[in-house]
Amino acid sequence: MEHINWIHNIPFFSIFLAMICGIITALAKDGKVAFKIHTVMVFVVCIMSGLLLFRVVKNQETFYYMMGHFPAPWGNELRAGPLEALMAVTFSLVMLLTVSGGLDFIMKDVVAEKQPLYFIMLNALFGAMLALIYTNDIFTAYVFIEINTIASCALIMAKGTPESMVGTTHYLVISLLGSGLFLLGVSILYSITGHLLFPQMQEAIVGIFKTGEYATPLMVVTGFMFIGIAIKSALFPFHSMLPGAYNAAIPTSSGILSGLVLKSYIILGIKLIYCVFSELVMHTLKITEVLFVFGLAGMVMGSVYAMRERKMKRMLAYSSVAQIGYIYMGIGMGTRVGMTAACFHILAHAITKTLLFLCCGSFVEDNGGKDKIYHMRGAALRNPLAGVGYTVGALSMVGIPLLAGFISKVYFATASVYSSGKMAAVLIVLGVSMVLNALYFLPSVIAIWSPVKGVEKKPFAKVSPMFAVSIVGFIILNFALGVYYRPITRIIQMSIGLLAQ
Amino acid sequence: MNHLGTNFYEAASVILFGIGFMNLLLQNNLIKKFIGLNIMDTAVYLFLAAKGYISGRVAPILTDGIIDASHYINPVPAGLVLTGIVVAVSITAFSLALVQRLYKHYGTLNMDEIMRLSREEEGE
Repeated sequence: MEHINWIHNIPFFSIFLAMICGIITALAKDGKVAFKIHTVMVFVVCIMSGLLLFRVVKNQETFYYMMGHFPAPWGNELRAGPLEALMAVTFSLVMLLTVSGGLDFIMKDVVAEKQPLYFIMLNALFGAMLALIYTNDIFTAYVFIEINTIASCALIMAKGTPESMVGTTHYLVISLLGSGLFLLGVSILYSITGHLLFPQMQEAIVGIFKTGEYATPLMVVTGFMFIGIAIKSALFPFHSMLPGAYNAAIPTSSGILSGLVLKSYIILGIKLIYCVFSELVMHTLKITEVLFVFGLAGMVMGSVYAMRERKMKRMLAYSSVAQIGYIYMGIGMGTRVGMTAACFHILAHAITKTLLFLCCGSFVEDNGGKDKIYHMRGAALRNPLAGVGYTVGALSMVGIPLLAGFISKVYFATASVYSSGKMAAVLIVLGVSMVLNALYFLPSVIAIWSPVKGVEKKPFAKVSPMFAVSIVGFIILNFALGVYYRPITRIIQMSIGLLAQ
Repeated sequence: MNHLGTNFYEAASVILFGIGFMNLLLQNNLIKKFIGLNIMDTAVYLFLAAKGYISGRVAPILTDGIIDASHYINPVPAGLVLTGIVVAVSITAFSLALVQRLYKHYGTLNMDEIMRLSREEEGE
């Protein structure tokens, strides 16, 4: 066995730290202590993942980390490369900014004695997402998918209102359908390949595929697993769980669920495509084409639903459906360029949607709980910082240059040139979808900035310093990703090359 | 058809999975919905257990000194089933707690009814 240097311990240690903090938090006497433990943990993970990213990018390496004492075909493994490290850095950064910015919502909307429990769930969720990013074992992936599901349901339910319970039930049922399909897929795949680790499975699958043995089970399994992942990540037409859940949850939860949790399943899907099923099998079985079509449908339909929506949070939820459609379109192009665009959009959407949810939550709070868009008139004038944040987020989603959303759309358009037969479809739908995005985002932006006549001026809303720091941080991240995108896309390109090896 | 005869445990488990899946998706009664979830998960365990057992072999515990692998079965599927059971139990517990809270508030277990009541409350 080769020598393991200390930096190789980071993936395992990040997951372990998140889980152990979940246990320690149970001893915390109130929400403030729990928040401190959580923040320190996420900060440490962020720094460590940064170091890991620096190291793997410098060496252009991917490594496997053996869990326990059993070597490859039997034991459990983690895998870390540039893609995993980049996602871990982004996830921890977004988590840090969202939870510190959204602390007020947690303190206000969650009952005081339940606040430590909320943070336990946040820690478990964070650990599960990291595990989904790093894992190299398909059954571990299933177990952490379920942990992710329970933790996210608990986050939605944290508000304790009847509305949030209904939202949670809906979310839970749809999620369970997805993980059930994934579990059946894993079982059948294990029975035809005899392995649970990604590299060994891939070897077996490519072997089976070449001999033509088990052709039908292989196709069924691929279908099950990708439908499962599509349901979990709310690809259109499986999106019905999002609006109710995000509308009822506190803004911090909505931001994390939309920005990060959905993405963690997609990253698992990307790893499955390259490390388990291989590009060859995916293309021959036409799974990518199916994802492509549903992605395109989601881009348009998500926006159409969003336009019809009068409540701001529900509108943002439908907008997430459209953005998930973009990501699946990129994956469905079936080229590495398309995948680069999809991965970049994962980052762009993660930092933008969380910003939008936080700002929207702040407006709703200023309005005393009224959440329709016409109640928001003049909201930004009373709360300029959240107004600027919302505007930046909305413009980024529409695709205005200098912002992250623009770059991902440019990459999608460029990638379409490289995938034969899909260029026209991508460009047309991309154009339509951007117009639709503008059609529902811009009215809300105009609404929040237009003063209401005949009503006495309300005082400025009080904004906590942490909320301000978090919003400014998100705005800076958005501009940074929109201007200095080259290094990031170079890392993504390199990581996809390494994944597909 | 021949394969169906030899693999009847697997065939039965997939049919059960379908029953559980549709129950979870379409059933209106929340308790029955989560019973559907349990049928679905248990079907997968049946599949794994059936795949993991080879007639005439025993669990890999050394008692009579035989170390030949052909005497034993692969213990991994059983391990997967155990893990799966733990996951299913925790999810069932969570969902039943949720159902209980919903029932306390709305006084019904019918999902359609709950959605209607919830919309009415919101409309006020």
